[in-house]
Amino acid sequence: MLKNVLKLITNLWLWVAVLVFTSPVAAMASAAAEAGVVPGGDGKPWWFWPLVLLVFCFVLGIIAVLAGVGGGVLYVPLVSGFFPFHIDFVRGAGLMVALAGALAAGPGLLKRNLASLRLALPVALIASSCAIVGAVLGLYLSALDPRYVQTALGATIMGIAVLLLCSKNSDYPVVTKQDAIGHALGIEGLYKDQATGKEFHWKTHRTLPGLLLFIVIGLMAGMFGLGAGWANVPVLNLLMGAPLKVSVATSKFLLSITDTSAAWIYLNQGCVIPLMAIPSIIGLMAGSFVGVRLLAIAKPTFIRYMVIGVLFFAGFKALDKGLGLGIMG
Amino acid sequence: MTNDTANCDLSSKATPEQMLYAKILEIGAYSGLLLMIISYILYVLGVFTPHVPIETVVANWHHGVHEYLAATGSPQGWSWFVLMGKGDYMNFFGLALLALLTIVCYLVLLPGYLRCKDRAYTFFVVAEVLVLSLAASGLVGGGAH
Repeated sequence: MLKNVLKLITNLWLWVAVLVFTSPVAAMASAAAEAGVVPGGDGKPWWFWPLVLLVFCFVLGIIAVLAGVGGGVLYVPLVSGFFPFHIDFVRGAGLMVALAGALAAGPGLLKRNLASLRLALPVALIASSCAIVGAVLGLYLSALDPRYVQTALGATIMGIAVLLLCSKNSDYPVVTKQDAIGHALGIEGLYKDQATGKEFHWKTHRTLPGLLLFIVIGLMAGMFGLGAGWANVPVLNLLMGAPLKVSVATSKFLLSITDTSAAWIYLNQGCVIPLMAIPSIIGLMAGSFVGVRLLAIAKPTFIRYMVIGVLFFAGFKALDKGLGLGIMG
Repeated sequence: MTNDTANCDLSSKATPEQMLYAKILEIGAYSGLLLMIISYILYVLGVFTPHVPIETVVANWHHGVHEYLAATGSPQGWSWFVLMGKGDYMNFFGLALLALLTIVCYLVLLPGYLRCKDRAYTFFVVAEVLVLSLAASGLVGGGAH
């Protein structure tokens, strides 16, 4: 009952917000209330970029859900490449976007026991600690020269595109023998397949290399402000042997922890500007709700390849900007 | 077996602690989003005077964070808390609520692991709370300076 009321109110507010934010009339009215159009740094009215960002993130939210990727991995390279915001603020907003999405998805995943706490907790401790280091390192490099971060981001995004292109997830990986660490920590669980009603007892193997990889994932999440779901799933599923649905759900839940630690660093450093961060969050959340409803009629294969194409494009744009090649303007 | 209570929560159903975690997360996440929407509308409509005028924000958001902070006189760390009455910093209440949620939710898991005498997972929970609290404190990365 409470859940339904909360959802109803939130959905209502989201749509009201979208209507308010995307209405040029409302924007004009508020600008008029400010005694005329306030020019931004590029001569455009102050509301221009937040409004474009809201619409852009709304579309991004739809695409992200259909493609099965988090918003952050698309948001950071595209917004840093095509919008006037400094990469420090884009990463701060990117983390808040990924965090909000993960927090909204978390309750459902936990209630249905799809997200495994036994799998998430040890991994989260490593990833969130390293995300703090990554955030501090990213801000340090950015202070030295933002092109360092932009170039590394471009290379990472293109790497992610290759990873998505090549990875073939496994619904139920075969784990013949659980390794000592996985056994000692009791990283196992029961997963109930909704289609067949059968219970599947899963356990992990190759736990140590999996945990070590989360050091790198955490570092990258913090450094670039990415959600890192793109990296969580292959490690949990292909390397450690957790079922695909458990891996996807646990990955989404993990983001709520990993991104929290990095988000605090960016928040405390002053890297979150509400004027551009909040339209990003609201746009992406609203887009996600629409995306979920479109899932039934969408062609996931087409969307997947489209996103891979967009990632290559965004990665190249970031590289172009970072290296100062000027190929893409 | 180091963790002789590994199967304490081995079930296809969520534990009571997990359900409580989900409930707190749900209420907190939706409240945070709602607060953000309300505060943002109040901010852009100019209902409350912002600490940094919108045109100053727009004129400086292409600069790096250090330059931006110097140009706008924006605070770092938890200093925003004293500016809660300002239109722009009112937005931080919703943002901070989202970022604090996981710390609160983690504390909910403790009784379950203590009851199971699951020392490894008790450690993970306590350590995670400490890590997230350290990140939130502003002591890391110079946020408190």
